[in-house]
Amino acid sequence: MHSYLDDLEAQSIYMIREAYNRIHPMAMLWSIGKDSTAMLWLVRKAFFGKVPFPLVLLDTGMEMDEVYAFRDNLVKEWDLPIINHMCPPEEEMDQTLPPATRAAMRKTEGLKTLLQEHKFKGIICGIRRDEQGLRAKERVFSPRSNDGSWDFKDQPAEFWDQYKTDVPEGAHMRVHPILHWTEVDIWRYMQRENIPLCELYYSKNGKRYRSLGEKNITFPVDSDASTIEEIIAELETTKVSERAGRTMDKETEDSFEKLRTQGYM
Amino acid sequence: MTKERNQKLLRVVIVGHVDHGKSTLIGRLLYDTDSLPDGKYEELVKASKRRGDEIEWSYVLDAFQAERDQAITIDTTQIWFKTEARDYVIIDAPGHREFLKNMISGAAAADAAILVVDAAEGVKEQTKRHAYMLHLLGMTQVAVVVNKMDLIDHDEQKFEKLTKDIKKYLASINLTPAFIVPISARHGDMIAKRGDKMDWYKGKDLIEVLDSFEISSPYTVHPLRFPVQDVYRFDNKKRIIVGRVETGVLNKGDELIFSPTNEKAIVTGIETWPKDEKKVQAKAGEVIGITLDQPIFVERGHIGAHEDTLPMMSNVFKANIFWLSHKPLKVGNTYTVKYGTTEARVTVQSIDTVIDTQDLGQEGAAKEVHRNEVAEITLRAKDLIPLDPITDNSKTGRVVLYEGHDIAGGGAINMQGYPDQRVNAQPKSENIFAVSYLVDPDMRAQRNGHYGGIFWFTGLSGSGKSTLAMAVEKELFDRGLNPYVLDGDNVRYGLNSDLGFSPEDRTENIRRVGEVAALQADSGLIVVTAFISPYQTDRDRARAAAPQRFHEIFIKADVETCEKRDPKGLYKKARKGEIKEFTGIDSPYESPSNPELIVDTENNDIKTCVNQIVDYIIENVKATQSSRPAEEEREKSFVAVK
Repeated sequence: MHSYLDDLEAQSIYMIREAYNRIHPMAMLWSIGKDSTAMLWLVRKAFFGKVPFPLVLLDTGMEMDEVYAFRDNLVKEWDLPIINHMCPPEEEMDQTLPPATRAAMRKTEGLKTLLQEHKFKGIICGIRRDEQGLRAKERVFSPRSNDGSWDFKDQPAEFWDQYKTDVPEGAHMRVHPILHWTEVDIWRYMQRENIPLCELYYSKNGKRYRSLGEKNITFPVDSDASTIEEIIAELETTKVSERAGRTMDKETEDSFEKLRTQGYM
Repeated sequence: MTKERNQKLLRVVIVGHVDHGKSTLIGRLLYDTDSLPDGKYEELVKASKRRGDEIEWSYVLDAFQAERDQAITIDTTQIWFKTEARDYVIIDAPGHREFLKNMISGAAAADAAILVVDAAEGVKEQTKRHAYMLHLLGMTQVAVVVNKMDLIDHDEQKFEKLTKDIKKYLASINLTPAFIVPISARHGDMIAKRGDKMDWYKGKDLIEVLDSFEISSPYTVHPLRFPVQDVYRFDNKKRIIVGRVETGVLNKGDELIFSPTNEKAIVTGIETWPKDEKKVQAKAGEVIGITLDQPIFVERGHIGAHEDTLPMMSNVFKANIFWLSHKPLKVGNTYTVKYGTTEARVTVQSIDTVIDTQDLGQEGAAKEVHRNEVAEITLRAKDLIPLDPITDNSKTGRVVLYEGHDIAGGGAINMQGYPDQRVNAQPKSENIFAVSYLVDPDMRAQRNGHYGGIFWFTGLSGSGKSTLAMAVEKELFDRGLNPYVLDGDNVRYGLNSDLGFSPEDRTENIRRVGEVAALQADSGLIVVTAFISPYQTDRDRARAAAPQRFHEIFIKADVETCEKRDPKGLYKKARKGEIKEFTGIDSPYESPSNPELIVDTENNDIKTCVNQIVDYIIENVKATQSSRPAEEEREKSFVAVK
């Protein structure tokens, strides 16, 4: 019997291979969270165990210790090509922004310096449409202008698995191979494939992280789910939104929109 | 297994004329099915109050400030909800005339469609246009909702009259609505609850309608279509051909014929990671990698199929298209069509009919097709391309039209009136038969003292290919062997004088040289070729012409070194922009991924390089052994030069 996870997986692998064929040079953002780790697994499937482009952590130095430890372990175990890219300090950010948005801006700016340094034409990024209203509008191949900004009013048409894969000089392409997955899909896939995951996702003392971000701007939610099975059961009934623990989304009504149009993931 | 069934999403697109209430319907669907996240309803009440109107359900969707300000949906958006039966994702397509592009992006991915019609306004321009698009996109599960029933006093007669109008139009475009449901999205009637205003209606409410739709099933009953997406050979391991089984079923052991080349090979395995020896079959929708028993030339865009169900081959076809670009489609213009992973340049031969989606009037032949128009056109390609008419295969029978790098339109392939030209394909002339020779390679080797072979030099301009080729030829000749050099510039004076340096011409240049080299090697000569030959696929094709005798030799020097040498002054000209598409400057050079020999001319003098090559050649054409080195010897020679 054809499982629906097989369909999701097949679509993602097709997109990843399409990007690898069409766009050079390319890198993948690996935030070490559940989504990009599941995506990393899909990349290994797409290329028969190999990872043929670098994985980038946009490092603010503020990730949680468990995240760094998990990453270092996996890099060694899976022999992963990695770029640890330091983001510019917070002092250089627009000081008029509210604090959490300002902290998130560091990643946007870090991505810009990464692109300048390595001249990447494509960036694979593990966002999903169900995470947030703005991400729901995304295309699989989403062109960005030189400064990283996103023109959501005039996006290319995308149908029948044909994409706009060429980008003009100086611009880059964001590729979103797991755009069509939902949060619970990711967890069911993690479970089926037995993909290793950072311990912070599992409940400890009645709290766990639904989504991983930096120390200063991400908080755990109330939960007793300490296994994948329990997490899936929790997600099937919860009405708390996934990014509830991410303060940058809600400082003002449109703070995430501002971040995204300026180049945030 | 009910759990598994529930987990699969049904994708529904909602279309209809602007302001007929699509976004309101979605907001209401989410609220009624208890699918709004905590706090969203309160947020909605707050936001609506701040803007001074009563609850505006459409705000649920309007993530963008800009959208709220313009009160229209700017782009496709996707939104999730659950009923007791299963999960759904709604693809919300905009109703504004400008945004057809987004509606198509959304609707092309959907399993079912809801067409929203305002009870008071009835069928409008966008209703017709969107319905026509659903038809063009091949949508078969369509429900119509007649919204704002409160505005016509929930009147049964008026509803019946509207139903008749709607059915009449839809029938004229071969679209049959599965259901027509009277609703009021604002008040929540006949969506999840029936309400008490329309007891005269005995049919399903909207949720029941949605739950009755089926998820589109994969195309396993169609003939096999396996378009090659890429060819991998990681870490010098075996060649894996990857792609998606678009339709049909592929089995280990099947013989595949690839179009348009007509190359044949047997599938020796379906590759997976982690390894799964039990994997011997792949069905429509699966994305796989396969290995073949023959080193045939296969590249992205070639389509694998079974011999008895091959796609048609033609250099001309008709297409029923919708046009999205601001620039009109014109007769004589050239575009790129893409379908699966196949690409071809096509010229518009004629615009046969432009169709008015409002009255379905056919305006007859035209010179142009404008944005948002629908037309039947005839397209002509330079070469034969594999094609499936939409009537045979609704998955592969569609093309997307590109103008430059941008998607400009799409449509369905119509082969009515065109013959399958495959019988005439490759070789172009009929009645040719390969004749067996009475003199075999061993007999030739006995007389010549060596076998024939092709030693294919590849490298940047200035890397030393010609210099080394000439010196090697002289050395071999002096030692009593029969060498001959095919040199890039020399060949371009005669055999290939009709070719330039565009990517297409470079490919043809190398193809011809490959064929000539194969003939010469067959006749017993040691052929040394000196061509930049920048593309790996071209070199692979040359290898395929004589796989047993072919040796790829990488003449290695980086661009800086070559530019410093610049024996012909070409780099200087290229830097000044006087030569376009110069390899290494503004045209790519793909280094060999797995050459038989690497000759480093950056760090070795000419004499060392010549000796290295001559030793290698003599080792490989010796009359006492087979013309191709054993695998382990290949490894050795590869290691020795590193």
